[in-house]
Amino acid sequence: MSQLKELLTSLSPTKLGEAIQKSQIYRSVFRVGVPVSDRKRMLVMLGNVFLHLHPVKVRKSGIRLRFTWCMGGITFFLFLVLTFTGLLLMFYYRPTIEYAYVDIIDLREQVPLGIMREIHRWGAHAMVISVWLHMVRVFMTGSYKPPREFNWGVGVILLVLTLLLSFTGYLLPWDQLAMWAITVGSNMARATPFAGYEGPGANLLTLGENIPLISSTSDARFALLGGTRVGEMALLRFYVLHCVGLPLVAGFLMAVHFWRIRRDGGISGPL
Amino acid sequence: METIKDIINTLTAPEILITLATILLFVSAKYRHVFYTNTVALVLFPAMFVFMAISMFDEDFYLIVTKPDNVPIVGMLFLIPFFTWFSMREAVRNDRRTDSGTPLIEKEETADKVLTWPDLVYTELIAIVLLTVLLVGWSILIPAPLEESANPAATPNPSKAPWYFLGLQEMLVYFDPWLAGVVFPGLIIVGLMAIPYIDTNPKGNGYYTFKERSWEIMTFLFGFLILWVLLVILGTFLRGPNWNFFGPYEYWDTHKLEALVNVDLSDYFWVRLLGMGRPDNILIRESVGFLVVLGYFLIPPMVLARTIFKRFYENLGPARYHIMVFLLLCMASLPIKMVLRWLFNLKYIIGIPEFFFNI
Repeated sequence: MSQLKELLTSLSPTKLGEAIQKSQIYRSVFRVGVPVSDRKRMLVMLGNVFLHLHPVKVRKSGIRLRFTWCMGGITFFLFLVLTFTGLLLMFYYRPTIEYAYVDIIDLREQVPLGIMREIHRWGAHAMVISVWLHMVRVFMTGSYKPPREFNWGVGVILLVLTLLLSFTGYLLPWDQLAMWAITVGSNMARATPFAGYEGPGANLLTLGENIPLISSTSDARFALLGGTRVGEMALLRFYVLHCVGLPLVAGFLMAVHFWRIRRDGGISGPL
Repeated sequence: METIKDIINTLTAPEILITLATILLFVSAKYRHVFYTNTVALVLFPAMFVFMAISMFDEDFYLIVTKPDNVPIVGMLFLIPFFTWFSMREAVRNDRRTDSGTPLIEKEETADKVLTWPDLVYTELIAIVLLTVLLVGWSILIPAPLEESANPAATPNPSKAPWYFLGLQEMLVYFDPWLAGVVFPGLIIVGLMAIPYIDTNPKGNGYYTFKERSWEIMTFLFGFLILWVLLVILGTFLRGPNWNFFGPYEYWDTHKLEALVNVDLSDYFWVRLLGMGRPDNILIRESVGFLVVLGYFLIPPMVLARTIFKRFYENLGPARYHIMVFLLLCMASLPIKMVLRWLFNLKYIIGIPEFFFNI
């Protein structure tokens, strides 16, 4: 009996924790160990690839919630959530006219834990709002001023990419809402000056005498949709842009954005 | 109750709503010491909330607000005013400190360096956990919208772009697609990116302030809040079938008739002013319009450089100055065109539908 008691005591969470922390596996993964001393807290920031996005020390004024609203961080986190849920959705979704809509129905009715599409959609809306608020914060604190002019520009492109990511994703459920929203949106492209067949100047561009260069099958809208209307090719194009093209560009620019925050002197503050 | 609803329905008509919002923005900035305080927020935001809650009892209001994709915009309706108010409150507080010679709120802690672990990392962790809870809760409560399968033969009325582009779609009321859908979005992007290179005011870098950069802040807030966010809200909640205006408590009647009474400038000039027919030659017909547009982009920069923008011209130099004024004129063209439409039913200043060239 007493032996059993001894065994149980030795299995207490504290002791178990200590044993784990002493094990070779744990120490190989977390080189620094639990950051309990200031030295270890610094080392953990340097040693971890994700944490080293941040500097070891930061100005207290710069990380105040009342100063940053955490909006940039929230936007980045939402991007990660969308990447993850988007990946799961790709398992179930086929970007063709025959399957797209029924796959979405299946996603809602057959797939266990079926809130991934909801998280993806609401997260995308939230990201649009959070990226706008991030811009408002950066503007209102004058943080675009030198030396951060370039990073503001990168941020503007990231904002546009966020909208484009949301726009391309909007088509994928292939329901009435999707199709007509994209129709309205992409109809703008046919009014592109010179490059859209209903844009000013397009009928000045001709091949030879009077064969128009820009027609409904050779204009900016056609390039966007891969057809004269929102159809099969548009679905495929938007799918590829949504899942591969735009996230790659956004990811690349985010790397630049974060790197430049560090290089330009960290989160802004009064000099 | 019905009278109140009617009053609100009238007040939310685009011309009144946009004018009132603009007045509110500028008046609140003028009296910012009174407006951007906790007391006002404690009255304003609960009042907005109560207004929304009571309005939910109205069938038409409920219908439009609870459309699944409109839910985030309802959130935005609170978030954007709140953060605008908050940043202005911080600015007012800092300005007061500057006046009395005490250091800025941010300045008090600039010298303090803290360890990122735990001070920042834990804030981020808490933000992540809260956001995850919010997203999961939201996703369980409200299913993502899914309408009927796409059908190219059945055009819904109204057909709306995704909500964040509805500001652009609302612009279509005043400008043709080549401007509202292509040129203006391009100019918005270029204009935003140009801000740090045009704004050479070295003050207000890295802290909230209004006094030191009131001009920049008012231009930005007018552009963002009125010309973007308000138009998104207008386009989402108040535009129904055929893109007609409907008050928040109005039934979206597909058969609502709006008289098409808009008149081109060429019509005003040749027919109404000179009492003759419009000339057949396009260039002569639209010559007045061309003069107006050219004059709009050429005269103000020169006049302003000598008058109220004199300081800008001296500080910025010709290149920066002209780019700034050009971008400002482009931005101002939207409210100007709106006012011209509301007052004179003006359709096109230059109208050459033959070449899709309408301004």
